[in-house]
Amino acid sequence: MSEQAAYRPGELEAEAQAADNRSRWMLALPAVVIITLAAAGPLMVMVVYSFLTPGDYGNVVWKFSLEGWMNTLVQRDIFDDTLIWADAHLSIFWRSFSLSLITTVLTLIFGVPTAWFIATQPPGKREFWLFLITVPFWTNLLVRTIAIQELLRSEGVINLVLLKLGIIDAPIQMMFTNFAIGFGMTYVYLPLMVLPVYAAVDKLDFRLVEAAHDLYAGRWTAFRRVILPLIKPGIIAGSILVFIPSLGAYVTPRVLGGGKNLMFGNLIELQFGQGRNWPLGAALSLMLMAAVMIALMWYVRVTSREQSDG
Amino acid sequence: MAESRMQKPPKGYSVRTLPGFAIVAIFTLITLYAPIAILVMFSFNAGTSMAIWEGFSLRWYQQAVANEAVQDAAMRSLFLALVAASVATVAATMAAMATTRTRHFPGKTMIYALINQPLMVPEIVTAVALLIVFAAIKVWTGHTSMIYLIVAHTAFCVPFAYLPIRARLETMDLSLETAAQDLYASRWLTFRRVTLPLMWPGIVAGLMLAFVISLDDVVITEFVKSAGQETLPTYMLGQLRRVVTPEVNAISTVILLAGAILVSLFFRLTSKRG
Amino acid sequence: MIEIDKVTKTFGAGDVAFTALRDVSVTIRENEFFTLLGPSGCGKTTLLRLIAGFEPPTIGAIRLSGRDITRLPPNQRPVNTVFQNYALFPHMSVAGNIAFGLEMLGKPKDEIAKTVDEMLRLVRMEELKHRKTSEISGGQQQRVALARALAPHPEVLLLDEPLSALDLKLRKEMQIELKRLQSETGITFVFVTHDQEEALTMSDRIAVMSGGRILQIGNPREIYERPSERFVANFIGASNFLNGQLSAGSVTLEAGGTFTVEPPQGVADGKVSVLIRPEHVTVAGTGTDGAALTATVENVVYSGEATVAHLKLKTGEAIKARASNLPGASGLLETGVQVGVSVAPGAVTVLVD
Repeated sequence: MSEQAAYRPGELEAEAQAADNRSRWMLALPAVVIITLAAAGPLMVMVVYSFLTPGDYGNVVWKFSLEGWMNTLVQRDIFDDTLIWADAHLSIFWRSFSLSLITTVLTLIFGVPTAWFIATQPPGKREFWLFLITVPFWTNLLVRTIAIQELLRSEGVINLVLLKLGIIDAPIQMMFTNFAIGFGMTYVYLPLMVLPVYAAVDKLDFRLVEAAHDLYAGRWTAFRRVILPLIKPGIIAGSILVFIPSLGAYVTPRVLGGGKNLMFGNLIELQFGQGRNWPLGAALSLMLMAAVMIALMWYVRVTSREQSDG
Repeated sequence: MAESRMQKPPKGYSVRTLPGFAIVAIFTLITLYAPIAILVMFSFNAGTSMAIWEGFSLRWYQQAVANEAVQDAAMRSLFLALVAASVATVAATMAAMATTRTRHFPGKTMIYALINQPLMVPEIVTAVALLIVFAAIKVWTGHTSMIYLIVAHTAFCVPFAYLPIRARLETMDLSLETAAQDLYASRWLTFRRVTLPLMWPGIVAGLMLAFVISLDDVVITEFVKSAGQETLPTYMLGQLRRVVTPEVNAISTVILLAGAILVSLFFRLTSKRG
Repeated sequence: MIEIDKVTKTFGAGDVAFTALRDVSVTIRENEFFTLLGPSGCGKTTLLRLIAGFEPPTIGAIRLSGRDITRLPPNQRPVNTVFQNYALFPHMSVAGNIAFGLEMLGKPKDEIAKTVDEMLRLVRMEELKHRKTSEISGGQQQRVALARALAPHPEVLLLDEPLSALDLKLRKEMQIELKRLQSETGITFVFVTHDQEEALTMSDRIAVMSGGRILQIGNPREIYERPSERFVANFIGASNFLNGQLSAGSVTLEAGGTFTVEPPQGVADGKVSVLIRPEHVTVAGTGTDGAALTATVENVVYSGEATVAHLKLKTGEAIKARASNLPGASGLLETGVQVGVSVAPGAVTVLVD
């Protein structure tokens, strides 16, 4: 009657643990397979392609070459075969970086007050304002870009109104400029700034602001010395959420920037189209990915430091 | 100094208002909607201009509906979104059950990183990577059906479907499933009778989110599609190179409307508690 | 009959390892109201979860009616649980919750309907049959949880602090209700609580637990009057601990007086600790003549039904005397007064320390 169950100490727990691990892996398997097949795996293949030789009509020849990586920064002079800086690429990198930065600053200027405004609404109305900012976030990016294009065109509403009012005599060329790209990206990525800043302001303890006022701080001093440091995590999150997609933007610069004002994403596409240089395209893609990863790592470092400070 | 500041607390003084913020906010919100409003407005224009109003008409909608290329692209978009979102939601539901409500298990971090990977990499990078791989497969097999688009869309839909499902699961009381097992329910019956009904709103929200994401995609579709496999967004992107008529506005308006409806539903599903 | 046979349960491993149960053995009899009593973290809930099958033991076996169920998953054990937070299914009605276990057992529809009605009657919830569980009060949820667990007529019902979320009045009602349900159904109840009064009122037997061990098992009277250890005595009721000398079946207190005792097994003659409950101590009056013990009044606390005098013996040891208040009685003892103290016969218990 009192014979001991035949198992080693801890065996039942180990069995249960193993069964749990097994079932969790089985459950995760479909998602893991799909993403490995159609997202993570192809990125690995691209690493290989970046070290191959371009084929004459696109695609690659299976021969090792560093040309792809070299061509990202330098090119051979047509006449004397010496290496010179690939100025066209460098200017595109610079445009991508500076326009992304400008976009981030512009979304900050317009987004922070908007987020503040929404978060300080009475609770009943707040949902409505939040909904207003979220709807554009989920509406088609291409459609929103087309809306901007129709606004900026030579025959567009802005030029037409300015002409009617007699402010200008001839339509201003706004399309296919850096301005158009910056304007368009600010427009489409603005909700990405507002939402995290809103979340930060929403969490803000307004008694701290009252305490600042109580200690003789004016509105702007209180904003600069108390509010800003407290909502900084939201501002950093918003900036990274705007900067990263701006850096990799493709649709907005393609529609608004035209063939001359390329950004990083369009330069990559070019290598798979007219450029017919897949290894270069692959190398450029990996560079862009690295840039995004650096930005993300910076973000993780900054936020983890903030957290350990608090 | 301190005295003069203390003397003038203005009427309706509140630490919640900052001078100029409300004006900037209202301006921003108007600017956010004005271009869309203009776009929608001119979809009803009787003339061919997208800036001069010539009277109300539905001609561009009629033209879009009658356009076989638009019909074809619209049907393909819907089919693609439906299949990809459904498959992605099933995979995401299973993955959410695998990764929530547990302490650490070997591989959890890896699974988690993999699921979120499509969100971390710029779309254009994923797009050309898929172009490289699928081009090789297409050459090798000679097969050029929709399957490539379906697989690609499913992959980037998974993390979006995963988000609301995971959020729902994490707020769910684990003791309910324990109770079901205590009351003689097998693992499968526990899932079907208790877990699934309780996580259902999250699953529906995830499905809708994935559907919208698939419907809106341009970049990956543009690089993965074979000849003659236009979706509505890639069709429109192609049209922009030609002479643009308010037909594009009409199609855009329909897409906007569909998206807005789905997002509103999503909001209702996720904000309702319990 | 449940046999817990030398069960140890360790959570985690290495530095974070925590042993919740240490070599616990206990036999719970059929039709018994058995209570696991102890402070939080003593392992009582862990033992319950092991019986239910939610966790496997690290070492040891669990047997139900002589059958080893250690490896059986919870859905194959004829054991049901009433959870601390009730864990009612929010997407089902009251009736749906009660029917759940029967449906899982594959019982025919008409039998399920009949049992559900029977259970609703048993817990007096007939009118709320079709309500959602979120639309009923905490006390009603408690009854539904009970009915749900009783409906499949398990061999054993496990109750994990089921009354802790209820207010005092409701808790008293439910205590009586639970006793009634147990005797009507004839099911073995294993009840977990940290409330000693609840345990004493309801139980046939109590196991007092601390630090993953069972310190003492006995009926309420034994536990209260003959606690084996200082911890048990202290955890249950108010206590006076005094030092004394045990020899040949009687104890001579250091403060004076000799009392016959029944020393527990394993306690040898010599220096011992003894327990005397405050209500067995009487202040004999302001004279000290003839009393075995004398003390100084330190403080007197009136608490409605009783008065407690805090006294100091001549050895410096503190002792409390508790007396029920009689109608019209007046005049509290004054502090600083010398009094005689008497102890009721048989009130001295030798502790295993």
